[in-house]
Amino acid sequence: MDEQLLEPVRENIYQLNLGPQHPSTHGVLRVLLKLDGEYIVEAEPVIGYGHRGHEKMGENHTYLQFMPNTSRMDYLSGLIYNHGYCLAVEKMCGIEVPERARYIRVICAELNRISSHLLWFGTYVMDLGGFTPFLYCFDDREQILDLLDGVSGSRLTYSYCRFGGVNRDVDDAFVAGARRFIARLRSRWVDYHNLVTKNVIFIHRVRDVGIIDRDLALRFGVTGPNLRAAGVAYDLRKIEPYEVYDRFDFEVPIGGKGDAQDRYHVRLAEMEQSCRIIEQAIEALPAGRFRNEYRYQHVTPPKGDYYLGFESARGATGYYLVSDGSRYPYRCHIRVPSFGNLQVLTEVLKGTMVADAISILGSVDLVIPEIDR
Amino acid sequence: MATEKVEPVIQFALLDDLLNLARANSLWPMTFGLACCAIEMMAAGAARFDLDRFGAGVFRPSPRQSDVMIVAGTISRKMAPVIKRLWDQMPNPKWCIAMGNCAISGGPFEYPEQYAIVPGAHLIVPVDITVPGCPPRPEGLIQGILALEDKITKGEQRNLLRRFSRKVEAR
Repeated sequence: MDEQLLEPVRENIYQLNLGPQHPSTHGVLRVLLKLDGEYIVEAEPVIGYGHRGHEKMGENHTYLQFMPNTSRMDYLSGLIYNHGYCLAVEKMCGIEVPERARYIRVICAELNRISSHLLWFGTYVMDLGGFTPFLYCFDDREQILDLLDGVSGSRLTYSYCRFGGVNRDVDDAFVAGARRFIARLRSRWVDYHNLVTKNVIFIHRVRDVGIIDRDLALRFGVTGPNLRAAGVAYDLRKIEPYEVYDRFDFEVPIGGKGDAQDRYHVRLAEMEQSCRIIEQAIEALPAGRFRNEYRYQHVTPPKGDYYLGFESARGATGYYLVSDGSRYPYRCHIRVPSFGNLQVLTEVLKGTMVADAISILGSVDLVIPEIDR
Repeated sequence: MATEKVEPVIQFALLDDLLNLARANSLWPMTFGLACCAIEMMAAGAARFDLDRFGAGVFRPSPRQSDVMIVAGTISRKMAPVIKRLWDQMPNPKWCIAMGNCAISGGPFEYPEQYAIVPGAHLIVPVDITVPGCPPRPEGLIQGILALEDKITKGEQRNLLRRFSRKVEAR
């Protein structure tokens, strides 16, 4: 029989534009929703509202000139992107990095990861209607920004790493500040769990909402906390340790069925693991140079193509750089995690209600300019 | 091209001053982030910087309820018509702050072969205040908002509330 005849007759399909200006899409995402009553029949994300041509800029700028761009792609974990880019170029050119610089990079990257997760936590709960945790989270986040501001000179777009080290050395005040921050954050967990995790309204908004199970996640290339919430312990810091991550003792928190509540718990557990990494790195912080004596300004990597994957706050990220032996990369491609995390929404949003769509969109933690690049 | 602002035909000097004083001290910005600067805008509204101190902390998700549009981030060619439309939806009187280098002139993304962005919010909407930085710190945005308040009340001398608050501080 003709398949179209089997489909139920739907006369009142209503099309709704969610975005590009919408307080819950966190930026300039637009989702075209087709609604049957309050149920979503079809959801189509429309991207490109934040397209700035980062990849094209990579080809038109020298390797060092492209560095500031890397922290503006995913501006919530800019330092991790800097870090990954430096690692990629260092791998291309075979640049040795001093031990102290490696540890500083890890400490700063993990601080950045916590700040990113804290911002997600605050805005997600705000999307679901709780304003107070937002203020608490930003209060905690400011402590991290102060620390990173002190060493890099910027609050958000750091450009802190350099080929063969970092821009500036950390001092005792930074180390003491990081210790103090971790102690402070741990004392705040109690408040967060009392305010949010155990909140009945919150639980009703997130439990069994937006289930991204293992198969679906793997099919769409979902990575990061969203994949780990589905029960797959895939973390590039563990699987392909890049920098000195193999020297630290930390766990990869995983969830069960992959609903919004699991994603929430995974991110909160990840912050705790990041705290552990920072503590160990501070303990083991070696003395020595924080960058190589030679300052690599115009690197000319040998011909070939290189890929380096790393774990940003949103998932597996990677730089694919093709060198033709000149000062400019021939091709600069960036694998961003949010892209896969967004694509899966076409499947997940089907059949849910509009109110849940806000919860689901928030729970996957998208950064739109990272998708559009 | 930038559209000119519509001024009312009949103006009452004293009443306008009073209204402007009220408007300047209760600016409602639109919740509207484009890129990195939006995070600093959020930080300016959150715990430490607290835009509410200057009456500008009530972020409205709808353009029809807001007075000031903070263009926070890079304007891509795809987003430009949307920004124009949002601006047109805002009721008069309205003001625009271009926050960050991207919204001022394209910032770091303006280079000879750039194809994707509109270099500057002034090409779409009339900009009152520009706040430079990449991204500007929340203090910068606060300074921009104070400058806008001065602009609305036509100079610091006539901003009665501020004069009053300074006197209080002096004591």
